Amino acid sequence: MTAAITIPTTTSRPAARAVNASVSIRDALTQITTLAWRALVKMSRNPEQLVDVTFMPVLFTVMFGLMFGGAVSGSTAHYLPTLIPGIIAMTTITACVAAGIQLREDMDKGVFDRFRSLPIARIAPLAGPMMADLARYAIAASVTLTVGVIMGYRPGGGVLGVAAGVVLAVITGWSIAWIFLWIGTKARSAGAVQGMSMMIMFPLAFLSNAFVPVDSLPGWLQAVTRVNPVSHVVSALRDLMNGGALTAQVGWALFGCATVAAIFIPLAVRSYSKRV
Amino acid sequence: MTTRTPPAERSSISTDQAGRDRSLSVSVAVEARGLTKLFGTNRAVDDIDLTVMEGEVFGVLGPNGAGKTTMLNMLATLLPIDSGEARVFGYDVRSQGHAVRQLIGVTGQFASVDENLTARENLWLFGRLQGLSSKKAHSIGDDLLAQFDLTEAARRPISQFSGGMRRRLDLAASLITRPALIFLDEPTTGLDPRNRNQMWDTIRDLVAEGSTIMLTTQYLDEADALAGRIAVIDHGRKVAEGTPSQLKTQVGTSSLRVQMAERADTAKAVALATELTRVTPIISPTGSGFSVTLSVANEAADVLVVLRNQKLDITNVTVEQPSLDEVFFALTGHRSETLIPEIEASKS
Repeated sequence: MTAAITIPTTTSRPAARAVNASVSIRDALTQITTLAWRALVKMSRNPEQLVDVTFMPVLFTVMFGLMFGGAVSGSTAHYLPTLIPGIIAMTTITACVAAGIQLREDMDKGVFDRFRSLPIARIAPLAGPMMADLARYAIAASVTLTVGVIMGYRPGGGVLGVAAGVVLAVITGWSIAWIFLWIGTKARSAGAVQGMSMMIMFPLAFLSNAFVPVDSLPGWLQAVTRVNPVSHVVSALRDLMNGGALTAQVGWALFGCATVAAIFIPLAVRSYSKRV
Repeated sequence: MTTRTPPAERSSISTDQAGRDRSLSVSVAVEARGLTKLFGTNRAVDDIDLTVMEGEVFGVLGPNGAGKTTMLNMLATLLPIDSGEARVFGYDVRSQGHAVRQLIGVTGQFASVDENLTARENLWLFGRLQGLSSKKAHSIGDDLLAQFDLTEAARRPISQFSGGMRRRLDLAASLITRPALIFLDEPTTGLDPRNRNQMWDTIRDLVAEGSTIMLTTQYLDEADALAGRIAVIDHGRKVAEGTPSQLKTQVGTSSLRVQMAERADTAKAVALATELTRVTPIISPTGSGFSVTLSVANEAADVLVVLRNQKLDITNVTVEQPSLDEVFFALTGHRSETLIPEIEASKS
C-alpha cells in the first residue's frame, strides 16, 4: 500500500475537527459583506478617497456646462439635459478606476496575505470592495444631479426616472469596474494601474455621445461611439431621466454592462487567484 | 531539553524515525515528501522531507534566504508546490487547500493586519470571515485582546502600535478559530528582548493548550529554547534533523568549564586536567579558569575529584553540550550570520 513516495495515510489521519470541502453561498455572502464593511470603514477614515466622486463631478458639471453649453446647445440651460446624464456616466467610470488602484494597493499589503490563508471564498476579497464601491457610484450620480438641479436642470422623467437613472449608473459603475480590477491584478504597481486605466477610461468616456451630438462627428468616429457601451448608457440615462421612458437603449445599456461583466469577472478572478 | 537526553546517545534521523514509530497513537500534523520550489533556475526549496507530529513544536532553522519562508508558504497553501507532495492532517495541500486552510493559522514575518482598522475591528473582521456570529466574533476578539495584553489599545488605530504590539495582534488574529496547526514565520525577528521573551512565553502557552506549531527562525537559541525537534535548512536543502540535543551530540563532545577560586591555581589545575583527559584545555582570557572538551561527560567528575584531592578550590563549574551555533557550523560549513556577537560573548 505504501510505495516509496506516497504518504502512509494510516499515520496522517485528518484532525478530529470537521472541515468543509467548499464555501457555501451563504458563507461567501457573509464574507463579501464583511469585506464590504471593511472597505466602507476604510473609505470613511480616508475621506480624501471620495474626492473623485464629490469634487470632480461638481467641477466637471460647472465647467462643461458653462464652457460648452453655448457652443453645443445655444445655452447652458438647454445643454443640461444632454450634459447631466453624460457627466453621470463619465464620473461613474472615473470612479471605477479607483477600484483597480485600491485592489493593487491592498494586494501589496500584509492583510491580503492573511485573507489568502483563511478558508474564505477566493472571490470575497475582490467582491467585498466592489460591493462597497456601489456607494461611491451612487454618491457620484447624486452629486452630479444636485449640481445640475442647482444650475437649472429640471429632469422630465420625474423622481422615478431620476431614481432609475441613478440605479443604472450604479450598475454601470459596478460592471465597468471589473475592467480596472482586472488591470489591478495584472499591473506591478498602483501607479501602473493608474496609467493603464486612464488609457482605457478616457476613450471609453469621451469617444461616446456623452458631451456632443454624435452627428457632429466624422463618420468613422460615429461608428466607434455607437459600439461603445458607454454611449448606450448615456442614451439610456437621458431616456430615463429626461423622458421617464424605459426604451430599447436601456436594454442595450444593460446588455453592454452584462457583456463587460461577463468578460472581465472571469479574467479578474483568474488573474487574482494566480497572483495571490 | 539538554538534561533529558543522555549526552552519550548518538542519534540521527533514523533513530528519530524509530522513536516516532513507537508512538503511532499520535497523529501526523504535517507530512512533506520531496517538497520543491523553483524560482527560475534557483531551487529555493529543494527536495525536502518533513514530518511534524501533532502537539510538538517543530523548528525550521536556517540563515536568511535558506528557503524557510518559501517552504512554510507552500505548506500553508500560499505558494504553489512545484514538485513533491505535502499533507496537513492528512489533507493534500495541493488539491484540498480549502480544507487545509480551515486547520491552520499563519503568522508571517510582517504583521498582516489591517492598518485602517482598530485592533478590535481587525479581530472582529477575521472572526466574521471565519464564520463566527458578530457577537461571538466580538467576545472571542475581546478575550484575545485581554490575553495578549492589548485591551487598552483595542480601540486605537494600528498605526500607533509598536512592533511588539503589532506582532501580538497578528498572532491573536491567527488564533481566533483555535487552529490545530500554527505556522509562525520568524515570530521574533525584529523584536526587542523583552517582547521576544513575551512571544516565547506565548508560544509555550499555545503548546501547553495542545496546538501544534511549526516555526521558522534564524536564531539558534530560539530553536533551542522552543522547538522539540529542529530541521536545519541551508540553500533550500535539509541538512539535518533531530532534537536540539541530538543535533548537538552529532557534533560530538561535552565541554567542561571550570572557574578557579585562585587565579594562581589555574596552571596547576590545567596540568592535572591535561594529564587526565589527554586534551589540551583552553585557558579563559582572564586566566582564572579553563575549559576542556570531553569525549564522555562522565570525565567531568574525574577532573573535579582530582582538583578536590589537590585542594584546588573552584567557584563555578559547568558541563555543557556544544552550542547549536557550533552544530550549524559543523553541518553547513558556515556560521549562522545572526547572534554571533552574543555567542562570542557567551564563549569568553
